[in-house]
Amino acid sequence: MDDAVRLLQEHGDGAKILAGGQSLIATLNMRLSAPQILIDINKIEGLGGIALKDGFIVIGALTRHAEAERSNLVAKHAPLLAKAIPQIGHPAIRNRGTIGGSIAFADPAAELPACLLALGGEVEIAGATGKRTVKADDFFRGLYETAIGPGDVLTAIRLPAATPQMRCGFGELARRHGDYALAGLAASARSEGGKLCDVRLAYFGVGLTPVRPRKAEAALANGDIDAAVAALDGDLDPPDDIQATGKVKKHLAGVLLRRVFKQMVEPRA
Amino acid sequence: MNEYCDVNLTVNGERISERVEARKTLVDFLRDDLGLTGSHVGCEHGVCGACTVRVDGVVVRGCLMLAAQCDGAKVETIEGVSDTGEIADLQQAFEARNALQCGFCTPGMLLTAQELLARDSVPSRDAIREHISGNYCRCTGYHAIVDAVEAVAKARAGERE
Repeated sequence: MDDAVRLLQEHGDGAKILAGGQSLIATLNMRLSAPQILIDINKIEGLGGIALKDGFIVIGALTRHAEAERSNLVAKHAPLLAKAIPQIGHPAIRNRGTIGGSIAFADPAAELPACLLALGGEVEIAGATGKRTVKADDFFRGLYETAIGPGDVLTAIRLPAATPQMRCGFGELARRHGDYALAGLAASARSEGGKLCDVRLAYFGVGLTPVRPRKAEAALANGDIDAAVAALDGDLDPPDDIQATGKVKKHLAGVLLRRVFKQMVEPRA
Repeated sequence: MNEYCDVNLTVNGERISERVEARKTLVDFLRDDLGLTGSHVGCEHGVCGACTVRVDGVVVRGCLMLAAQCDGAKVETIEGVSDTGEIADLQQAFEARNALQCGFCTPGMLLTAQELLARDSVPSRDAIREHISGNYCRCTGYHAIVDAVEAVAKARAGERE
């Protein structure tokens, strides 16, 4: 790990960390990125594994999607992830892609950054000045921009372990299973006396980062799904992209909110 | 800038030691350096699945992994799993149902389907569709592929009983 950090500092912007490579190598193949040096972290010990520690599910950066998908710990303590991961790419992608890579790359249309934000998780980062932890709300800064600075390596993510009161929901709309979503939504909340509180919604595919629609969150905490859907109009401003216009994405965001809300308020099986 | 890495790996059970360009993808290495052209190069960004191979027992995109990363790995291609007979029944089922049009996706389809069958003894048709969704190309021949995978799943389950 020290070597990786040292190499990163030595080579600056010319270096890229290679984890699962499921986004990075595609950008190399397409000549969208041309780093002078790749630092392959795949064989660094201690960057994998899933553990329950002090009320958090801690997932090592190199944990493959497929491992998290089949993990009993994740199913039990991070049910939002268990819902989301099968929607990520395809089996061969999930066999190789890593949890840390997805968060670090911060594709605005990716599922895991939104899950991290919806759960109010944290990111562990190792850098030249030592280790630090960044909250999800402070982590995503702009398009593919995060709190990871030059010379930093994401080492793990921490998600608050689910409680019996915790409710979560997940939905995305894509043209083909495994494609990047036209729009998607990850959500978590606490159920108290039949109402939802601490509602955290995180949309993906509708902005430059995963986006929390604060007015819709407040409306949902009041139990008013219609007001929440209406509030999205002011909360979200999705740009047009190759898949859909912003207007369509905004409409889909409302459709997703109703679906996800239903998952959250339905009695648990 | 051409950088090179030395790799030692096994490909279809055979030990290989080669010096590879650091930038070379696994599928290019298999095809160009080892002559194993059963793995195809389609989209080169992980969408089409034509380059599917197995590394250390799981299917991966041959275009999204570098050959240099395969040092110490066990790589299996469609040539290898054909020779061992591991998927002979699946191949026969594909042939019997004409479960291909141009055949470009077929090696990847077979390896992907085999991984599903190894994990889930009799998957539903929906589960089969979802599993092979990463190998869709551009024909419309998938119905027969789902039929073939389902038939093999049932046949294998029957044999186990």
